[in-house]
Amino acid sequence: MARTLAEKVWDAHIVRRAEGEPDLLYIDLHLVHEVTSPQAFEGLRLAGRPVRRPDLTIATEDHNVPTLDILRPIADPVSRTQVETLRKNASDFGVRLHPMGDAEQGIVHVIGPQLGLTQPGMTVVCGDSHTSTHGAFGALAFGIGTSQVEHVLATQTLPMDRFKTMAVTVEGALRPGVTAKDIILAVIAKIGTAGGQGHVIEYRGEAIRALSMEARMTICNMSIEAGARAGMIAPDDTTFAYLEGRPHAPKGADWDAAVAYWRTLRTDDGAAFDREVVLDAAELSPFVTWGTNPGQGAPLDAAVPDPEAMADPTERAAAAKALAYMDLAPGTPLREISVDTVFVGSCTNGRIEDLRAAAEVIRGRAVADSVRMLVVPGSMRVKEQAQAEGLDVVFRAAGAEWREAGCSMCLGMNPDQLAPGERSASTSNRNFEGRQGKGGRTHLVSPLVAAATAVKGTLASPADL
Amino acid sequence: MEKFTVHTGTAVPLRASNVDTDQIIPAVYLKRVSRTGFEDGLFAAWRAEPDFVLNRPEHAGASVLVAGPDFGTGSSREHAVWALQNYGFRAVLSSRFGDIFRGNSLKGGLLTVVLPQETIERLWALVEADPATPVTVDLERRRVRAGEGDAVDVPFELDDYTRWRLLEGLDDIGLTLRHTDAIAEFERHRSPWLPTTV
Repeated sequence: MARTLAEKVWDAHIVRRAEGEPDLLYIDLHLVHEVTSPQAFEGLRLAGRPVRRPDLTIATEDHNVPTLDILRPIADPVSRTQVETLRKNASDFGVRLHPMGDAEQGIVHVIGPQLGLTQPGMTVVCGDSHTSTHGAFGALAFGIGTSQVEHVLATQTLPMDRFKTMAVTVEGALRPGVTAKDIILAVIAKIGTAGGQGHVIEYRGEAIRALSMEARMTICNMSIEAGARAGMIAPDDTTFAYLEGRPHAPKGADWDAAVAYWRTLRTDDGAAFDREVVLDAAELSPFVTWGTNPGQGAPLDAAVPDPEAMADPTERAAAAKALAYMDLAPGTPLREISVDTVFVGSCTNGRIEDLRAAAEVIRGRAVADSVRMLVVPGSMRVKEQAQAEGLDVVFRAAGAEWREAGCSMCLGMNPDQLAPGERSASTSNRNFEGRQGKGGRTHLVSPLVAAATAVKGTLASPADL
Repeated sequence: MEKFTVHTGTAVPLRASNVDTDQIIPAVYLKRVSRTGFEDGLFAAWRAEPDFVLNRPEHAGASVLVAGPDFGTGSSREHAVWALQNYGFRAVLSSRFGDIFRGNSLKGGLLTVVLPQETIERLWALVEADPATPVTVDLERRRVRAGEGDAVDVPFELDDYTRWRLLEGLDDIGLTLRHTDAIAEFERHRSPWLPTTV
């Protein structure tokens, strides 16, 4: 029977299937960070259970880490305790950890692919909803809660109910200045924040095939913002070229065997999806959000919408509430919105290509006097690479702050936060109320729009400079 | 895990859609390494407003949350479930939940019940008219009842396996460890090129 990519990967990981029960799935890679793991390790300790496969588990410190003075103890005692708890747990249970200051430390979803640990056809989990990022390699990767983290640590499996499948096909070619971030923001605006609920999305079509691995990761990363459990892209030569030679990629004969298998990981002709959505890449333009959920977005050329014009009462109420929080009036052109802070970073857009794109716009220009710009590499390796290319010099010369690696202002668990009432243009993934700091207001944007906005002081694309 | 069979309590009507887990508990409250004490962070930003529904004295002691559509979207933080439980909630009713939040809640014994939006609206009306209205979430019969002479008495769906697990208060890990042989057998056939972290 013809199967989708997601179904093939699922089927290859069934440990046990029984009538009336969820499938028991084997997990190939378990990524761990300090926020969602302490209670899971404590659970193991109380039950006297070991980690079944420490060799399929890797931990990093990312959510709480400061992006300044990282070699000094964390000032916030509660953050410090959480990080120290991870260190003790990793040591007690034999799990490899990349702590602050380590050359491989970084955001969990940046380091997995970077190390070559994320590979096609694998099952990848992490106590973090943006685990969907790893689906860019054709892996089935999904975020889990802490109870499930404990379950995977103890058994290397998870009981899972089967997902539905959804195809998002992006035909044609993107226009210059339009990026992967604009594609995914447009997809979420089109299908809504619950549009992918219960589904694994497979992104397909000419525009997706043309994307680099890093751009594909940006797309899969935000699948959760469309409500989906996971996002996937079938592996191809772009995937294999990215993986070859990475520290944990197969080598020699293993590489050839792996690639032969990986080439089978595509949706069969005639396989049916439960739902299909089609977009034309040529119609897309730089996209920004105006509200407090990622589905509340519009092209930069548009204006803040009028809730009164919305037919659906729930949508109308949500839009009115969002505009009150965002302090925006209906009809305001999006380009007239001034921001105080620009954040470039996160597991969505904190990779080297994102930093290059932002640096190209900033090069030879200056960050507006009214704007604070923070550039936070997704990992220490990304930071190292950016410095080798002189990108740090470009950002600093323009007046931006160049920081250490971590999740930073994406969710403000460290000192990088918006003050109440402050407005940001952010390359991260969530514009929820208070996400970047209590009372902070977030507009989600691509790295290109972030950089142009930093120069202009108002939401802008590079073409506006 | 505490068993869930039949629960009756008063309810809080939360008239908001898309209440993401960052609203349920903001990130700055996620730093504890225990499973308790998260009630401080529950709806922290909104609770700073005196007229927020949870702050109203008539809803003190409520244990059933009646929420708008798309409750629990966003971050996978199970702290959202713990915050609701630590505060005293045993069940949340909504027309649609975020997938990961729903999974987390049913693992941890917080019963999330999907009801048609029209039923949610009727429950809101009942509870707003009389905050003392008892709401019963009956997992044994898979029904929600509320109001004078059971003005609301509706069925809900939950798969047999999850229902059984909640009724018995069983933890998933214990159930899976019964299949250790199958796991070991699966491991014997994994491809040799698959990566390890060592």
